[in-house]
Amino acid sequence: MLSLSHYLVLAAALFTIGAMGVFVRRNAIVIFMCIELMLNAVNLTFIAVSRYLQALDGQVFVFFVMTVAAAEVAVGLAIIVVVFRSRQTVRVDEINLLKG
Amino acid sequence: MEALFFYLFGGLALVCSVLVVFLKKPVHNAVALIFTFFCLAGLYLILGAEFVAIIQVLVYAGAIMVLFLFVIMLLNLEEEEAIEGRGNRFRKWLGGFAAVLVFLLLAPVWVLQSLPAVKGTFPPEKVQELGNTVWVARLLFTDYLLPFEVASVLLLAAIVGAVFFAMKRM
Repeated sequence: MLSLSHYLVLAAALFTIGAMGVFVRRNAIVIFMCIELMLNAVNLTFIAVSRYLQALDGQVFVFFVMTVAAAEVAVGLAIIVVVFRSRQTVRVDEINLLKG
Repeated sequence: MEALFFYLFGGLALVCSVLVVFLKKPVHNAVALIFTFFCLAGLYLILGAEFVAIIQVLVYAGAIMVLFLFVIMLLNLEEEEAIEGRGNRFRKWLGGFAAVLVFLLLAPVWVLQSLPAVKGTFPPEKVQELGNTVWVARLLFTDYLLPFEVASVLLLAAIVGAVFFAMKRM
């Protein structure tokens, strides 16, 4: 029988890897993928704690997190496409001004 | 048995997520991320969350990653070296150091053993009786009805926003 800590450590490791991707990479699309990875690590925590506490609310929250993630990806990728059209790049170093 | 699958899926998820960060081409990153999502779906299954596991495969590995792949194909990206920049070791080490700090910041959470001993109202036997999906649906359409409707408004707003950006000719 695995303890709750196993899952929490795994989720923390996944979150850390995602955070490292956000720190290290410069490609806006890859940074977005790393954000998805971090959201998934949080989802894993939700589900593990939900089973440990024998409550299903955590699973409902994961449902909402996924909804928000889907909305975020749709709008975020649309923004990246628009920025790419006007700047011809997805380097986050060069997208540091909001005015086009 | 549970431990076997935990280490299998967990290890695979870790390896694939490291690949997401360090592979050079965005398409490869995306494929690694799809594998990570499948491993997480497996973990959700052994945690007894069948509904979320299926949604994970459908929404994340299906819809969201297809969106990513479409955008990667749409943008005719320049050479990766031009994006990531060469050298810049200092930034990479700094990023790694910051990531280790994040991990240490999370440490108190998983060392902590004093979660409330009070158990919820859904012991495994009760969930088994009707199945996980039925119970999640009941919660979703009773206690969480308002957040559910707000979520659908959020999705509508996201659709409108995405269409707006797509229409704009620059």
